[in-house]
Amino acid sequence: MRYSAFSVLTQALRGHTGWKPAWRKAAPAPSYDVIVIGGGGGGLATAYYLAKNHPEVGRIALLEKGWLGGGNIGRNTTIIRSNYMLPGNEPFYEFSMKLWEGLEQDFNYNAMVSQRGIYNLYHSDAQRDAYARRGNSMLLHGADAQLLDRAQLRRELPYLNYDNARFPVQGALVQRRAGTARHDAVAWGYARGADQRGVDIIENCEVLGILQEDGKAVGVETTRGVIRAGKIGMAVAGASSLLAAKAGLRLPIESHALQAFVSEGLKPLIDTVITFGAGHFYISQSDKGGLVFGGDIDGYNSYAQRGNLPVIEDVCEGGMALMPMIGRARLLRSWGGLMDMSMDGSPIIDKTPVENLFINAGWCYGGFKATPASGFCFAHLIARGAPHEVAGAYRLARFAEGKLIDEKGVGAQPNLH
Amino acid sequence: MRITCPHCGNRGLEEFTYTQDAERTRPTDGGATPTPEWADYIYLRDNLKGPRKEYWYHSAGCHAWLIVERDVSTHEILSVRLP
Amino acid sequence: MTGFRLAQGGLVDRASPVKFHFDGKAYTGFAGDTLASALLASGVKLVGRSFKYHLPRGVFASGSEEPNALVELRAGAWREPNTRATMAEIFEGLEAASQNRGPSLKYDPLAVNNLLSPFLSAGFYYKTFMWPASFWEKLYEPMIRRAAGLGRNAGLPDPDIYEKTTEFCDVLVIGAGAEGIEAATQAAATGQRVILCDENAPLVPIDLPAGVEFLARTTVFGVYDGGTYAALQRLTDHLPSSNAPRQRLVRIVAGRSVLATGALERPIAFGNNDLPGVMLSRAVGDYVTRYGVAPGRNILLYLNNDDAAGLIPVLHQAGVNIAGVVDARPASSDVVHEAARAANAPVYAGAAIIRATGWQGVSGAKIRLAKGGDLALPCDIIAVSGGFNPNLALTSHFDGKPVWDAAIAAFVPGSLPPCMSVVGKAAGQGLNANIQPVFHSGFFPGKSFLDLQNDVTVKDVKLAEQEGFAAVEHLKRYTTLGMATDQGKTSNVNAIGVLAQTLGKGIGETGTTRFRPPYVPVAIGALAGAHTGKEFKPTRLTPTHEWAAGLGAVFVETGLWLRAQYFPKPGEDWLAAAQREVNAVRNAVGICDVTTLGKIDIQGPDAAIFLERVYTNSWANLPVGKVRYGLMLREDGFVMDDGTTARLGETHFVMTTTTANAARVMQHLEFCAQVIWKELDVSLISVTDQWGQIAVAGPKSAATLAKIVDSPFDLSDEAFPYMACMELTVCGGVPARLFRISFSGERAYELAVPSRQADALARALMQAGAEFGIAPYGTEALGIMRIEKGHPAGPELNGQTSAHDLGMGKLLSKKKEFIGRAMAARPALTAPIRQTLVGLRPVNPQDIIRAGSHLLPVGAPAVAASDQGHVTSAARSPTLGSIALALLENGPARHGETLRVYDPLRGGDFTAIVTHPVHLDPEGHRLHA
Ligand SMILES: Cc1cc2nc3c(=O)[nH]c(=O)nc-3n(C[C@H](O)[C@H](O)[C@H](O)COP(=O)(O)OP(=O)(O)OC[C@H]3O[C@@H](n4cnc5c(N)ncnc54)[C@H](O)[C@@H]3O)c2cc1C
Ligand SMILES: [Zn+2]
Repeated sequence: MRYSAFSVLTQALRGHTGWKPAWRKAAPAPSYDVIVIGGGGGGLATAYYLAKNHPEVGRIALLEKGWLGGGNIGRNTTIIRSNYMLPGNEPFYEFSMKLWEGLEQDFNYNAMVSQRGIYNLYHSDAQRDAYARRGNSMLLHGADAQLLDRAQLRRELPYLNYDNARFPVQGALVQRRAGTARHDAVAWGYARGADQRGVDIIENCEVLGILQEDGKAVGVETTRGVIRAGKIGMAVAGASSLLAAKAGLRLPIESHALQAFVSEGLKPLIDTVITFGAGHFYISQSDKGGLVFGGDIDGYNSYAQRGNLPVIEDVCEGGMALMPMIGRARLLRSWGGLMDMSMDGSPIIDKTPVENLFINAGWCYGGFKATPASGFCFAHLIARGAPHEVAGAYRLARFAEGKLIDEKGVGAQPNLH
Repeated sequence: MRITCPHCGNRGLEEFTYTQDAERTRPTDGGATPTPEWADYIYLRDNLKGPRKEYWYHSAGCHAWLIVERDVSTHEILSVRLP
Repeated sequence: MTGFRLAQGGLVDRASPVKFHFDGKAYTGFAGDTLASALLASGVKLVGRSFKYHLPRGVFASGSEEPNALVELRAGAWREPNTRATMAEIFEGLEAASQNRGPSLKYDPLAVNNLLSPFLSAGFYYKTFMWPASFWEKLYEPMIRRAAGLGRNAGLPDPDIYEKTTEFCDVLVIGAGAEGIEAATQAAATGQRVILCDENAPLVPIDLPAGVEFLARTTVFGVYDGGTYAALQRLTDHLPSSNAPRQRLVRIVAGRSVLATGALERPIAFGNNDLPGVMLSRAVGDYVTRYGVAPGRNILLYLNNDDAAGLIPVLHQAGVNIAGVVDARPASSDVVHEAARAANAPVYAGAAIIRATGWQGVSGAKIRLAKGGDLALPCDIIAVSGGFNPNLALTSHFDGKPVWDAAIAAFVPGSLPPCMSVVGKAAGQGLNANIQPVFHSGFFPGKSFLDLQNDVTVKDVKLAEQEGFAAVEHLKRYTTLGMATDQGKTSNVNAIGVLAQTLGKGIGETGTTRFRPPYVPVAIGALAGAHTGKEFKPTRLTPTHEWAAGLGAVFVETGLWLRAQYFPKPGEDWLAAAQREVNAVRNAVGICDVTTLGKIDIQGPDAAIFLERVYTNSWANLPVGKVRYGLMLREDGFVMDDGTTARLGETHFVMTTTTANAARVMQHLEFCAQVIWKELDVSLISVTDQWGQIAVAGPKSAATLAKIVDSPFDLSDEAFPYMACMELTVCGGVPARLFRISFSGERAYELAVPSRQADALARALMQAGAEFGIAPYGTEALGIMRIEKGHPAGPELNGQTSAHDLGMGKLLSKKKEFIGRAMAARPALTAPIRQTLVGLRPVNPQDIIRAGSHLLPVGAPAVAASDQGHVTSAARSPTLGSIALALLENGPARHGETLRVYDPLRGGDFTAIVTHPVHLDPEGHRLHA
């Protein structure tokens, strides 16, 4: 059933008896033309765009080891933006931003894409200049950007700590089209859209091995049996190295824990997204009223999906340094996700050395905003065998070749990206 | 997480800095030749679950580099020694 | 009985009345009361409105699991939204207000949401509000946001202060009930150091042996790795606002822990079960026994287990009428029958409450009898018990998943965090006698709420299941169940129960959600502690800070350092001051504190070999008494840092690093020395803080220095040429190190003395140079001069550049091993297309180049494809005007070319000429002037 105000109204009058499951609970068939592994944002969007843009590929299945959306797609702090600096990145993220702008009408699901803007604060001349470089790059790529000085910023965000700051706020790089989206709804919307276009979404189906014949991937072993496939795309984020190892590959990736935090619900207080430039802290407020905030990754390899106290304290220190009004707001929940941190901080969308096996990984802490483009471009690659033009830089070989996309310039140490 | 530094004793996570795993061997100098061994060493990681050897630096302590064996699935510290 | 306070009983101090205000109205309670008990004693039943439907709500529980009675406590900047009235101890003058309501608590226009509720089913917003797209931000979202949320943040800086401590013990006991006290006493008896924490303040003193440290009002809210527990101690929350610390974050490092947190009661859902007056049975008992308050005068009990029957004698002895006992179990039980008989209360075995009746409060209940037929029972409180859930949240802060124990119809702890044990009710012991699990009475007149705060009903759960959100985590996310401030303490298990019924599955297979920290919400201020405002990070001052401040210097944050940025004379702005300072250096002499550069002392027989390997250029041949510029790469072949290193002796070097990279270089060198080449005999130590270092630059620098250098040290060019260094004494015996190096391009020296002497040295230099017109200079002048000289600094050493990019390819020795050697040889790092360092001068001298501008070919469209580089650093030279450094594709081949300097962000668009990066004195004559 199409979702609309009208359908909600008529269903309300019928006691909501007509709603159907958002997606079928499919059971695996013995074989598919394409298998996408991973029911996170990347995998679901890939399945959706494969079915929508490349129906010629044939039968598609998406395999998720647990419940759909239980990975990072359901754990992130929901920021979407296209404020990147390097030419390898900016076209891709701006493409993603444009897809966000039409997404809800496209997949007929309200994912609460909210273009409430993002402010990246700067605290020194050097930081301002770096943001100017970045902002100009964004404009050259057709995105929007604005550089505010202290007085302009103070008019827009009067509640920041301007007068008693260790690192005085001097201004901000602003992207007005950036914002947030409801993470779970993005997963559900893509799942529903993919399902309606015939994709089998198979939950509780963990891929245990990649079947190979003559150096080609021909299927997967799963907790629900062997499933054969013509092409296999992996989009398993924090579990990328584990899955790649099953195909005999090592990746330029480490898995790290990133924590996120939400406060108790409050009446509207912060109507945008703010990133502190002198500490590890960023914040927005959800539509339910919770302050959603976070900071740096915990800094050590982890598969535990949880973090430790020092980072929590560090994040809250940053928060209080920047907006001392949140001191009496209470932290309600904290959780962690497994970040697939790549060696240059940028993602990989590429073929692998194993024929017919494709990889989508290395999203670090920024893959949510990428979800639409990640799926769009991965679907393109799987269907056409060649990269989409905005994702051409995301090759595996770029590391060995030295063609890195290192926005922060910290080199091959993932916990610094 | 708490790490027992052989020099300083049992200390909190906030005093230490992790940089990389200690599972790989650094290639010996082979001249100004970017060999595949070097590329693998710099960029590729096993990144598997379970006990791993890692380099940690006692940055807010004695500045010793430590080889810490740690289960990355549970965060349990299994052993700590000097390189 | 005055109001609802019983004539006797309870542990409050009846001799100490306490006055407070709720919603502007004055009330009186007793010392020991919580806001909830005091309000109940005063007959206030309606205390708040729910999240979604804005329905009237009253006190439901008696502890931190309270979902309904949330208030805004205190006023002004101290206003603290979402405070549980059940946890707020009253004090004289306390002010509290209800929240999430219209102009008054009684009449809330948004309660219309309740009438609209058929349309506001679980997840309704995912299905609509999509058209037109632009309306979401403008209309729908603000509407939803205003209606949602709970209390109001004060919007003002938090005026309170917070503390942090770390405590160590052998055993941490969590919960000071009988079981916890027992565990603590036992552990102390064996000589172990024990910390015992309890969320509440005991109303009667607890008797504890020596060796037990008792922390009252202290909630252990998180379990972390390495036996670390996070606890929040509420120091003054029970007192009027003051300057004393409000709360303390206690990090407890414990050898082992004992969880003795007891159990939390769960309700049974029925129609209108959210009306004020529907309460947990144990809470009703608590109000009677702890506070001497009877929440009602005619109480109906609804239960499915024998534990809750304990309330019957309590009420009876307190003289409260029991309207009846509705027992969901077909035969009820002997325990219930006997207790009820003693209290003259009728028992309705096998019955169910269909719904509560009343407007803004319970006035009765409609029940379905076992044999059929309905009965209306008047009552003013419905005390409900669906059994007890072990309070096991902390057991699942690691991977532990609670396990369903059918015998007691409750989740019990699964695998535990290391070194934790669970005792008593928290472990599921002595709980839920003769329970028959019932989560919902089974009838649907009116709404049957599961999550009272987020307004999630039994129907919402069924609808979610129908729409495929039947995994427990999906259910939670789709309906928001368990995500309110009470974290589902009274709702999660019931929802899983209802879901299991709907699915026709066992509860065990249906699953549970795990608990995440914190166990109760914790003020962000407490997690931040004292590191806020100016104390956010330490401030490092240079040893000449006082001196510079005395001269009116303006300071700038450089990492953690504060450095003198410029020294304005009256009437000068930053630019005029900086240009004057540059002129002083170029024409006479200036001094600048350069202590912040990292200084690493390197000693040992293998020190020279070590430097050979960490720098790209050669070091073994550097004579003692000489300084050399060095370039350092990362292992991946990109530039890491640069600086000068002096050879003070055969086996003794002092390295300088950039200010920004000091710590990182130190860490890197330690890695090289301790891990990569541990066979090398070399020791490193950072001496950045030990030596104060001052640059003396300008044609008159030698003459100035000559006046403070002790004889017999010889500063003549022959004895002490460019790039020489020596150890000497100055100012009559102060040990010092002198380096003839130059960042400014002038004849210059850097003089290092023990830090405590640096202030005196600066003053001595000023005096010595007075006759030459000496001027102190700051980082602005420093920046102008280094750009004039084309020296790369932070914006060029940005971690993305190779040696080739910076024009330093020839510094990569071909003859030796060094860090980054192999990877720097990758063709991609030297490809001509790479952006490499150049200089820029505007074509029109009026134009001012700004860092961050991009470089496009003249005439090319302003699109990404035309982007060929960017301006890294720009300066306003007093002699050359606007100059800049830039990274430009194929830069060295393009000197003389005119380019478009494009800065749409700030409205800049003009042309500039590409030059050699060294704008001034490329031959270096001035170094010897
Ligand atoms: C705390 C936090 C905050 C973040 N904040 C932001 C933000 O504000 N903005 C932003 O852009 N990004 C953010 N991110 C990053 C973003 O969430 C991720 O980069 C992105 O979600 C990763 O892609 P994904 O959605 O496909 O991953 P996931 O949702 O993790 O999907 C991977 C899926 O693969 C499944 N899987 C794994 N192994 C197997 C197997 N063998 N077989 C079958 N299935 C398997 C997993 O169960 C999982 O569901 C944040 C992340 C975290 C953790
Ligand atoms: Zn140590």
